[in-house]
Amino acid sequence: MKLAFRHAFVLVVCAFAIFPILFVVSAAINPLGTLASTELLPTGASFTNFGELLTSDVYPFGRWFFNSVFIALLSSFASLLLSMFAAYAFSRMRFAGRRVGLLALLLIQMFPQFLAIVTIFMIFTEVTELYPAFGFDTVWGLMLLYLGGALGVNTWLMKGFLDTVPKELDEAATVDGATHAQVFWRIIMPLVTPILAVTALLAFITTMSEFLMANVFLRDPESKTLAVGMYGMIAGDRRNENFGMFAAATLLTAIPTVSVFLWLQKYIVSGLTSGAVKG
Amino acid sequence: MTPDPREAAETRRAPRPRRTITTAFVVSRIAVLAVAAAILLYAAPPLIATRSWIGLGVLFGATAVIGYLYLTRRYVPAKYLIPGTVFLLAFQVFPVLYTVTTAFTNFGDGHRGDKAAAIAAIERGSVRQAPGSPEYQLTTAMRGSDLVFLLVDPDTKQVSLGDAAGLSPLTGAEVGVTGKVLRAPGVTVLTAPEAAARADEIAALAVPTDAGAIKASGLSRAFEGRAALAYEEGCDCLRGEGGPWRADESRGYFVNAAGDRLAQGWQVNVGFDNFARVLTNPTISGYFLGVFAWNSVFALASVAGTFALGMAVALALHHPRMRGTKVYRIALILPYAMPSFAMLLVWRDMFNRDFGLINQMLGLDVDWLGGVTTARLAVVLVNLWLGFPYMFLVTTGALQAIPRELTEAAAIDGATPWKAFRQVTLPLLLVALTPLLISSFAFNFNNFNAIQLTTEGGPFPAENPQVGGTDLLITYTFRLAFGTGGAQFGFAAAISVFIFAIVAIVSAVAFRRTRKQEEVYA
Repeated sequence: MKLAFRHAFVLVVCAFAIFPILFVVSAAINPLGTLASTELLPTGASFTNFGELLTSDVYPFGRWFFNSVFIALLSSFASLLLSMFAAYAFSRMRFAGRRVGLLALLLIQMFPQFLAIVTIFMIFTEVTELYPAFGFDTVWGLMLLYLGGALGVNTWLMKGFLDTVPKELDEAATVDGATHAQVFWRIIMPLVTPILAVTALLAFITTMSEFLMANVFLRDPESKTLAVGMYGMIAGDRRNENFGMFAAATLLTAIPTVSVFLWLQKYIVSGLTSGAVKG
Repeated sequence: MTPDPREAAETRRAPRPRRTITTAFVVSRIAVLAVAAAILLYAAPPLIATRSWIGLGVLFGATAVIGYLYLTRRYVPAKYLIPGTVFLLAFQVFPVLYTVTTAFTNFGDGHRGDKAAAIAAIERGSVRQAPGSPEYQLTTAMRGSDLVFLLVDPDTKQVSLGDAAGLSPLTGAEVGVTGKVLRAPGVTVLTAPEAAARADEIAALAVPTDAGAIKASGLSRAFEGRAALAYEEGCDCLRGEGGPWRADESRGYFVNAAGDRLAQGWQVNVGFDNFARVLTNPTISGYFLGVFAWNSVFALASVAGTFALGMAVALALHHPRMRGTKVYRIALILPYAMPSFAMLLVWRDMFNRDFGLINQMLGLDVDWLGGVTTARLAVVLVNLWLGFPYMFLVTTGALQAIPRELTEAAAIDGATPWKAFRQVTLPLLLVALTPLLISSFAFNFNNFNAIQLTTEGGPFPAENPQVGGTDLLITYTFRLAFGTGGAQFGFAAAISVFIFAIVAIVSAVAFRRTRKQEEVYA
């Protein structure tokens, strides 16, 4: 009897969780492709929206997809590496300024980078004049910017992970003549890879959805990311007519993340909480 | 630092003697030098070209320090810390400090350059055709990358070349029947479409002459005119029509006796004006407090709502005889795995009055995002949908770490399930999850996407299109800086500083309380 209550409650919440997604699916396969004609349950099945999206001249979806995945992959990978380096130093070495450094990072973490968006805009106006390859409308400039936030966000989390790896392991390796670099690459990195994968996935998802800075940064249609481009796709009076195309784009965007997500599901639970306890 | 282990080490696997210089060592050092050289070669020339000697000094200093650091065997921790720190300093610490200094200026539209640039722009813009002055036939041309005017005097048919430095006679030019220059040595004549593409540049170019300046009027005529406004050093003012316009050094404007001001100003230090404006200007401070209050409510409601729902589901599934937990779990975390920016836009359209799913399903005709209360409810609901799977995941993880014996012991001691939850499970959960709840609060306090992608801060009251009913401080700041009402960078920076302060205080207080709590439960 009590179990039935539990099931009922969870089912209601599941319905709440799923119905917007069902709506997106229904819109994506709706042959008419407008918002007004879309209902919760699919009324027809066709792939016209997908076809229209992939062949569109106005919306270079493939280009956006590539930009987003490229930026997200590279910046989440690079930022994890940067914060792993720092976490290794903080966790394994004792040096002057260690405590101050850790505290400073904790403080900086409280100031989200995008709050400085006004001055970031001004700085990059200058950079665009000096180095056009890293200025506005380039993925490289945006990537540099994302890397600036790397240390503040992840170092403490990583240090927490590293503190759980027994120190005896790298001491043994050191005794065997390994250098600090060898200890890092051959001992530490393999041990924390699973947890790194999860953190990287979360960083990937966050970067994919980042809108504020990308929106200020990327104006040229060819350089846009999915978040900025798809926002423009249903902006203003195009909301109704382009909705089917937009829903199709949403589903295509979700495929990589959802599949990796389901695959890493059990690590995600442990990864998030071990970060929580240590963080 | 640990003593050098190489002396004491006994080689087991590698038979070669220690302290030899390995290939990896040499390769890595060469790579360091190559990267440093490449960065210098790429970054230095533009700095030299624009004569930014300070920038050049910083660049050389930084490269030298980094190069030295990776070439020596010493300073091992610094080798690991420097890569991230460089980015941190350049793209986070520096912008934040720069924001603080910008907050003390009036930087923004009309106040971008210094005073000299403002005077030059005003004088150039005020050129009017002097009565009886000659009207030239204009041909535009490029000399290298500079735009120049080729001017044909209508009476003498003499051709002159005008650029920003002045007028000089030009010989060897071939003039067509219409009076246009067809060809001229040293310059490339622009075709009509090319000239049209550069219309802004052409309109901006003023060729200084003794009597004033020659300016283009359209694309094929130019006239000699006199600046209606001229700067006079003695009175620090602009004399001419409507004037004298006196320089107001505290505000960065030229003002006349009637209190009017010229649109073009310059950047000055305004002290605490921007901050004072936020707090004391009745129209702004009222809205600011309103936005701040709603912002806090939104962040609190988001954290409390997502945590309550996520935890409730996690608890419901956390039962030894519960079936189908795997399927449930997949369904529950789907919202988290979907791209959040797209789903926010989908939600916006589900709330659409005319075509939206919500009205369609409920048979209503409510303008959800058009009224303040409904719009606020809507964004909190949307944020609940987006956020609860994360809370569900972390609570599930934390629940698994709580030994079942504890709740069982509570049950044996006669505690009702509710009491066991309140006094055993919840405190233990909170110990583990409070840091996450705090960071979730900080995140939602500045949850730009959740508002910008759904309501864009709206609905906006008729009397003030700058502040909307669901605006967070961050979306409000964003509109001030990049919105349609003209950029007010200085003022926007001041509000950013306020947000910094608020977030810092809230986090500091919260972390202090967590520490106390941990002492209690530990």
